[in-house]
Amino acid sequence: MHIICTDLDGKEHKLEATDEWTLMEIIREGGIPILGQCGGSCACATCHIYVDPAWKSKIPEPSEEEIGMLDGAFEVNENSRLACQIFFNKDLDGMRIALAPGSI
Amino acid sequence: MNENKTQNTILTDVIIVGAGPIGLFAVFELGLYDMKCHLVDILDRAGGQCAELYPEKPIYDIPGIPMCTGAELIERLMEQIKPFNPVFHLNQMAETLEKTPEGKWRLKTDVGTVLEAPVVVIAAGGGSFVPKKPPIKGIEAYEGQSVFYTVRQKETFRGKNLVIAGGGDSALDWALNLQPIVKNMTVVHRRSEFRAAPDSVNKLKALIAEGKIDLKIANITGLNGADGRLDSLMLQEEGKDAYPLPCDTLLAFYGLTMKLGPVAGFGIPFENELIPVDTATFETPVPTIFAIGDINTYPGKMKLILSGFHEAALMAKKAFTYVFPDRRYRFQYTTSSSNLQTRLGVSDKDKA
Repeated sequence: MHIICTDLDGKEHKLEATDEWTLMEIIREGGIPILGQCGGSCACATCHIYVDPAWKSKIPEPSEEEIGMLDGAFEVNENSRLACQIFFNKDLDGMRIALAPGSI
Repeated sequence: MNENKTQNTILTDVIIVGAGPIGLFAVFELGLYDMKCHLVDILDRAGGQCAELYPEKPIYDIPGIPMCTGAELIERLMEQIKPFNPVFHLNQMAETLEKTPEGKWRLKTDVGTVLEAPVVVIAAGGGSFVPKKPPIKGIEAYEGQSVFYTVRQKETFRGKNLVIAGGGDSALDWALNLQPIVKNMTVVHRRSEFRAAPDSVNKLKALIAEGKIDLKIANITGLNGADGRLDSLMLQEEGKDAYPLPCDTLLAFYGLTMKLGPVAGFGIPFENELIPVDTATFETPVPTIFAIGDINTYPGKMKLILSGFHEAALMAKKAFTYVFPDRRYRFQYTTSSSNLQTRLGVSDKDKA
């Protein structure tokens, strides 16, 4: 299983994905130095990503806490999420995401 | 007398850079062996990430404490190190480190504090907490002149056509505080909800209703101006074209982020922004400088608070040999050592 992650230069990376891991962990394990300063506890906004609209319906809606935390991110739009708050599962195989400014 | 030495130089045994949980516990381990500590931290309070990022979030892996919040852990550590009277130099950044002719370390902060000690412990975690800067091209040219991330002096903003960006407590506190002295104020936030104290939110909404503060639900996508002077900001509202908002000053509050900062220039080698250490002593390749907690690296390193506590204990043992070259290190337990209990203020004599 894998995800496709577009970095800030527009380059695509195919990253091996593991069931139950967060996207933040998958990105980091894939060798992309995503900041994720709080360690994945939804307490900063340095793992900000954009989820490809085609995949949005397959993931749960963000919590109030995550929406609030996105106030500390930049260039937030309707596809913005925190990568530490999305858990991978087999339905997300092939999912496309892009890193947002401030996440590296 | 050394000409560089001013009468304001503070002499101590150990300078600790960073007052997070590991810097605090280092005070304890060093204190047990009679070493006095001064700590420097850029935040306005002790606690590091525990205080800044997750004060209310639970921690479950502190040995012997099934659950505590970040804030509670810091509270307990502060209580634990109280007998050793650590001195805190808060709201300041450790800026330079140099060797004195006597072979000690002289550390200066950005507000002019000068500390001297034979041993330095870097417990700086992920680096200094500094304001997040919007990734807008060319913004650096405006910083300090028309774009600010903190309020040093309120008067800077008197009579200004000010935009405050953000929707948290800092943004709202300063919006309320500065509104009476500015010419015009616009608050720009990405959504209509604010994540701030309810009282501040109510006050802000009242000022908006009175027409004293303008609110724009938008992202800032660009700046227009010249020579550091701001003429307008480009705002992007959802589903609309970007448009300019005339203003002369921007105060942006997007929270804090960690950056390595001046510690990178202390002359200690770094590997990928981490300091390699010897795992027997947690000394860096520069003798008498130690690195503990998230900022160090060694084979098998795990970035856990409990790892940092262990590192502090081993560091203190080696630091002792530098601070007291003539004394013999005596390994003791707090349970049984009257020496240690005296230092902790819990010996029978203290109780009597």
